[in-house]
Amino acid sequence: MKAAFKAAFKRFAYKRLRSAAFGYLCSNIQYYLIKDEEGLQLSLIELKNISYIKEDKTILNDISLKLEEGDFISIMGASGSGKSTMLKILSHLISPTSGQVLYREKDMMSYDPILLRREISYCVQSGSLFGRTVEDNLAFPYEARGLVMDRAAVLSMLARFGLEADVLNEENKNLSGGEKQRVALVRTLLLNPAVVLLDEVTSALDAENTRIVEQIIRELNESGTTILWITHSPEQSSRLANKLLTVENGKIKSLEVLR
Amino acid sequence: MNGTNISTASLLAASSLVMIAIAFSYYQKLKLEKEILIGILRAVVQLLVVGYLLEYIFGMENPLFTTLLILFMTFNAAMNAAKRGEGIENGFAISFVSILAGTVVTLSILVLSKAIKYEPYQIIPISGMVISNAMVALGLCFRNITSQFRSRREEVEIKLSLGADMMTAAKGIIRDSIRTALLPTIDSAKTMGIVALPGTMTGLILAGTSPIFAVKYQIMVVFMMFSTTSIASMIACYLAYRKFFNNRQQLI
Repeated sequence: MKAAFKAAFKRFAYKRLRSAAFGYLCSNIQYYLIKDEEGLQLSLIELKNISYIKEDKTILNDISLKLEEGDFISIMGASGSGKSTMLKILSHLISPTSGQVLYREKDMMSYDPILLRREISYCVQSGSLFGRTVEDNLAFPYEARGLVMDRAAVLSMLARFGLEADVLNEENKNLSGGEKQRVALVRTLLLNPAVVLLDEVTSALDAENTRIVEQIIRELNESGTTILWITHSPEQSSRLANKLLTVENGKIKSLEVLR
Repeated sequence: MNGTNISTASLLAASSLVMIAIAFSYYQKLKLEKEILIGILRAVVQLLVVGYLLEYIFGMENPLFTTLLILFMTFNAAMNAAKRGEGIENGFAISFVSILAGTVVTLSILVLSKAIKYEPYQIIPISGMVISNAMVALGLCFRNITSQFRSRREEVEIKLSLGADMMTAAKGIIRDSIRTALLPTIDSAKTMGIVALPGTMTGLILAGTSPIFAVKYQIMVVFMMFSTTSIASMIACYLAYRKFFNNRQQLI
């Protein structure tokens, strides 16, 4: 009886030990696999369990996401789903209520906020201009860095967007919605940001200008700029982006790799 | 002096003027009756207290006492201005520092240029004018800066995202707020003598001084209003705008 009991105990203990060892091994293998994967492709931006709560309203709820350098990510989701808030967090205009944002593997909080925003440029939806003239807007990114406006660079960027040189002296109030949006885009792209965040920037544009903007953004992406683009058009997403992120009620619904 | 001496009885009769404002408020449903009454009562009580106090202090002729009184006036003015800047952290401290700076610079120049003497009967009324003007300017400043940071939020955020530091991003708002604070002083200077005979001059003339002499004083007052309001509102705006950002240079 005693011997039988002892044997049963031995078997039990052996089994426990074996499963523990197996588990340890497996988890280690998994760990090394993940580590290897990370070693191959460093993430440019990583959101780690971020939530954003404003006035008791949860706008983003525990979002985790990794973006790689050179990604062209299209973000879709109903209005109020938290897309714009996400871009604001990525541009460090607001900080998440909880969670962590990593930029080039380092916490965003450890960067100088100004230098960070010079790398990650954000273009708002409304394309709203400030000051009096177009030049006020296009000289600003230079002034902000203590530089003098590079007229040649501004003019060539304007030309790429189908805008004439004399638009510089035009007053903001005399521009059409589409022109304002394009000036806002020029303003965002002038000083070669590493990451460009775009919030429905083609919604005010006609077909021709949408095509121009898409072309420029695609070229930017091909030259290595990481793009995050909020859009309402699935067709536009699938045509341009390599990943499609769908947001719903402050959560990530899906992240599809398109190409 | 052949100035008028108002009798208490005629002053009481003049109080009926207030009734006009109250009646107006009542019929127009402005709901300001209580406010008007409180305002009037406070004005009467405060002025009476100050009248007796000044009579006492002018007799003291002690520079330390005069200085303390200036600080006391600045303190009160700062309390009042800070109310206009509700929501601005450290509004009182900001107001106190800016009003004091405006006052000290202005008074120093006036005393050093021998326009006035550092004696209670000159320093106290002059600093009263200077401080109350700075207070009004700061009130305008704070109201304007708060409402501008609300209405021009997107502009500030765009500027931040274009790589500007918070000062560059807020510069338009700071400039606008200082302008708003200075405009009444500029407007009143422009219309001085055309629209109204300004306070100092009116007082001196009522007291029987010759208009030419009174005008000289008034000109000095115009000069000192410019320096005080500009110094105070500039310091206040540059101290206050930071309170709209957090330490990550994000709009709060």
